[in-house]
Amino acid sequence: MRRRLRGIRPGLVVAWTVIAVVIAWAIVPWLFTGQDPLAGVPAEKLQAPSGAHLFGTDAIGRDLFTRVVHGAVHSLSGAFVAVTVGLVGGTLLGVLAGSLGGAVDAVVMRLVDVLLAIPGLLLALSIIILLGFGTVNAAIAVGVGSVAAFARLSRSEVVRVRQADYVEAAFGSGARLHAVLFRHVLPNSLTAVVGLAALQFGTAILAISTLGFLGYGAPPPTPEWGLLIAEGRNYVATSWWLTVLPGLVVVAVVLSANRISHALGRTR
Amino acid sequence: MTATAPLLSIEHLDVGYRTRDGVRPVVHDVSLDVQPGEVVALVGESGSGKTTTSSAVLGLLPEGGRALGGAIRLSGTDIAGWSDRRLESVRGARIGYIPQDPVSSLNPVRPIGVQLAETFRIHGRGDRRSIRGRVLELLERVGLDDPALRAKQYPHELSGGMRQRVLIANAVALSPELVIADEPTSALDVTVQRRILDLIDELRREHGTAVLLVTHDLGVAAERAERIVVMQHGRIVEQGATEAVLDAPGESYTRRLLADAPGLAEHAFRHPRPPLFLRDPGVAAAENPFVLEASGLVKEFSLGRRRPAFRAVDDVSFQVLRGTTHAIVGESGSGKTTTARIIARFAAPDAGAVSLGGADATALAGSAKREFRRRVQLVYQNPFASLDPRQTVAEIISEPLRNFGVGDRATRAATARRLIDRVALPADVAGRRPAELSGGQRQRVAIARALAPEPELVILDEAVSALDVTVQARILELLEQLQDELGLSYLFISHDLAVVARISHSVSVMRRGRIVEQGATEQVFRAPQHAYTRELLDAVPRRAAVAAVATPAPSAPAVPPAVPTGKALA
Amino acid sequence: MPYLARRTGQALIVLAIAFTATFVLLQALPGDAILIKFESPELGLSPEQIADIRASYGADVPAWQQFLHTISGFVVGDFGYSVQYGTPVHELIGTALPETLVLAGLGFVVAVVLAVALAFLSTLAPFGWLRQGLRALPGVFVSVPVFWLGIVLIQVFSFQLRLVPVIGADPVQGLILPVLTLAVPISAPLAQILARSIDEVQLSPFVAVVRAKGASPARVLWRDVARNATLPAITIAGVLIGELIGGAVVTETVFGRAGIGRLTEQAVANQDVAVLQAIVVLAALVFVVVNLAVDLVYPVLDPRLKRKAVAA
Repeated sequence: MRRRLRGIRPGLVVAWTVIAVVIAWAIVPWLFTGQDPLAGVPAEKLQAPSGAHLFGTDAIGRDLFTRVVHGAVHSLSGAFVAVTVGLVGGTLLGVLAGSLGGAVDAVVMRLVDVLLAIPGLLLALSIIILLGFGTVNAAIAVGVGSVAAFARLSRSEVVRVRQADYVEAAFGSGARLHAVLFRHVLPNSLTAVVGLAALQFGTAILAISTLGFLGYGAPPPTPEWGLLIAEGRNYVATSWWLTVLPGLVVVAVVLSANRISHALGRTR
Repeated sequence: MTATAPLLSIEHLDVGYRTRDGVRPVVHDVSLDVQPGEVVALVGESGSGKTTTSSAVLGLLPEGGRALGGAIRLSGTDIAGWSDRRLESVRGARIGYIPQDPVSSLNPVRPIGVQLAETFRIHGRGDRRSIRGRVLELLERVGLDDPALRAKQYPHELSGGMRQRVLIANAVALSPELVIADEPTSALDVTVQRRILDLIDELRREHGTAVLLVTHDLGVAAERAERIVVMQHGRIVEQGATEAVLDAPGESYTRRLLADAPGLAEHAFRHPRPPLFLRDPGVAAAENPFVLEASGLVKEFSLGRRRPAFRAVDDVSFQVLRGTTHAIVGESGSGKTTTARIIARFAAPDAGAVSLGGADATALAGSAKREFRRRVQLVYQNPFASLDPRQTVAEIISEPLRNFGVGDRATRAATARRLIDRVALPADVAGRRPAELSGGQRQRVAIARALAPEPELVILDEAVSALDVTVQARILELLEQLQDELGLSYLFISHDLAVVARISHSVSVMRRGRIVEQGATEQVFRAPQHAYTRELLDAVPRRAAVAAVATPAPSAPAVPPAVPTGKALA
Repeated sequence: MPYLARRTGQALIVLAIAFTATFVLLQALPGDAILIKFESPELGLSPEQIADIRASYGADVPAWQQFLHTISGFVVGDFGYSVQYGTPVHELIGTALPETLVLAGLGFVVAVVLAVALAFLSTLAPFGWLRQGLRALPGVFVSVPVFWLGIVLIQVFSFQLRLVPVIGADPVQGLILPVLTLAVPISAPLAQILARSIDEVQLSPFVAVVRAKGASPARVLWRDVARNATLPAITIAGVLIGELIGGAVVTETVFGRAGIGRLTEQAVANQDVAVLQAIVVLAALVFVVVNLAVDLVYPVLDPRLKRKAVAA
């Protein structure tokens, strides 16, 4: 209680601000920068951060800040797709397994075991081989990787809530299974799932940027964040800003998403 | 009070917790003395600051808590401002500590013997061999058989009572001058509680140890303490010799506490009057007098292959007279809750029959089961778990009506309002959620929900056990009042004999799945026939003086002889 | 011991499903690696020649035959041929494995040390602000992209501080930064779980009892809290192994090291399905074995589970 009161205020405000700004970047990037993310001015290449170029410029003279702002839409929509895939698929499986039990439960949970047994990145790569490269495919691949986590959590929540006295009390006051499920079990078990979704949002941004870095996401010259860092890698020795600044943006967004998910997980 | 210097003297102690908005004081200006060899009971309801006060003596307040002012003198030395390191030489050596919950108070991954030996090691008493000898002696002294085996066992291999014995051994290992016992028996069955309290008594007499007994149970305090200190809202309300406090309480809070404590002799056992028609033999004969009849109920639980099934309920038969309360009383594992669940149709019996109002209700399913549930409602022990945290009080109370399709939205809301009023809750709780209510208020909501479908029988499964005594007394009063007004029948499941004595007309005493004795409550409590019933009744804490003076059977001051409603059962 | 038999059975089922799933995903579906490699016009191969090549890879028979062939191969350690390199997959993996084992092994050890140090320091350190800071660190670690961390480490230690040479580093020097890169993100969840369970155990009544005996906070932490608090951390060992493998892919790519991770990355780039499938199934095998080991070791560490495990 005490820790919650102390923790919630300043950190959470900053976290929400960061997320709000990044969402704004994704929706209305032109409000934040007047420059072109794709066309560069060769004469201004590899300039260090300055008033004119907040994050400096890259090897062909493109403004890095502009590229980061315009890249937000790729990372955010990718993370959104990934979380949706995981949330819908996983929660559906978990709720089915938890509320039906028996054979359905056994089959679903074995499936989840398999998904958990394959390291996330390898699973994502296997799916990318199948679907091909690209932002959306990378996002779907990341989402499939989080199905297991959602399924496990939602199942255990459903099972936990089903054992609660108030659920038995609802049966005791004459409710039928579907009424109990929709009135009591689902609303009470999905709070934790929402918290996980926020956490997975951060994880998905990381995973998508990793796939982008490895070259399986959006093709160049898309200003996807992982790809930006990969491109800046060749100038590590001379132009630190090309890797450091986009990376810091990723870290800030992921940290904020995680912070918010903690807050969501704690309040009921 | 005495001329000798007090062993422990707390003077004007204030304790507070650091919070975001500054320091929140929780204990104000507490002063009390404990003389050498004396038992002082610190009595209060939850949130009264009694545990905080005792923790402050040990210097073991939860994080953020600290003594803000005042002194804690141990044999004259003020230890309130001592550093942790200095206090470490006092803890264990001069002040022993017995915790509340024996199950979680021992390290689960270290053997008992090692944990006991640690007390000696910390204070550098003796070498390995002599410590081992002392540990075995101690285990034997606190009444554990085969100490050498016990020393090697892990906590989970011992029962709750045995673990509490280990913890007592731990507290007295270095013969401290003072033992702080924080609700040492609250988590234990009543017969075990008695043995544990006896053990603490014996040990303190042997060693001349003083005991600061922290308890919510005025009965325990009355039975065991020489002096009683009553706390409320972080302040001392009243203190004095046990006799004086019990016989002539000076403060209204103490008087209320005494009146509400079901176990104390002053209160004796009340006998709710049965409805009029039952006293008229003509009327009674004309209709089925029983709302519920259970006969030969058996429930077995499998313990795995190759092992015999465990009989949780073994040939249980009883009846509930219309408009009365029948109690099933027993210790943990007696099968009383399983019996209640069979009656409520949450468990199916392996044998036996249940009939409601004369109609068989044993093998109901589907819509017949739902119809049955309209007539039989269950109230749970823990009102924090039995109400959906996401619903409002009005939604909770009207849910049975919604399920049974009674009325429309408006009439259901009206019914909810009426029921809220009926259970004496303020009207504005309707829109609130359970988290905003106190434990007693929540239990009222649960009762209102049970009343909504206008049932004939309400099963109350330890429904007042989790509540403070004053709250418990109000709920019991409410239940009695509702019974009188609505002609309800109750099946009252409880481990607490004092509460059962107060609320029930007839009673079944259960032990290990069987009913050992049943009949009219007054009859069973005044002249118990079975040895186990007598043991249970003897174990109920009551005033030492009364217990000594009164007849061997638990004293029940003159109540007008009640109508033997349970005659048919006996 | 029926418990062991049942757990092993479950593990085998998981492996079998994992194999089947990857087989269906990677082999039976279009996007044929052989076509990609040999059908490109500049090679000028005739359809017959391609058919021959397909036959030599066993790709010309019905899917179910391929399935039986492949699974019987996997059982005896024959993972088929890499289309890209034309060599047996088990040879490729055999050469790559030692490098990765060294990297992952060291990474794991460093991660555990880092996590334990963080968790305990954040309980023991003087000053509230320092403890708070240490508490927050794992949260930052999990938010850092592994590849970016590697690049930043190179930037700082090789180019700015010139502590670790970029070119001509000896094998030991060459391992420092990759191991660190791998270890930091993996230490984070471990440190979080440890810190959380230390907190929980600190609040449990038995700690109050030990403190009331006169034990110092440090003694309680080491003798009573530590063992209870490490138990939950052990259960995520399997998950961490998975992270380790994923981390190796990225780390080896960033630092240009040979190994399983690099092999994986290449396999994906070239759609070399046989290699990827072998790696996926091996990773699942490692996960399953580690979890099995955890399940078997756990009752030894937690006496409460001993009887249950034997009885079950």
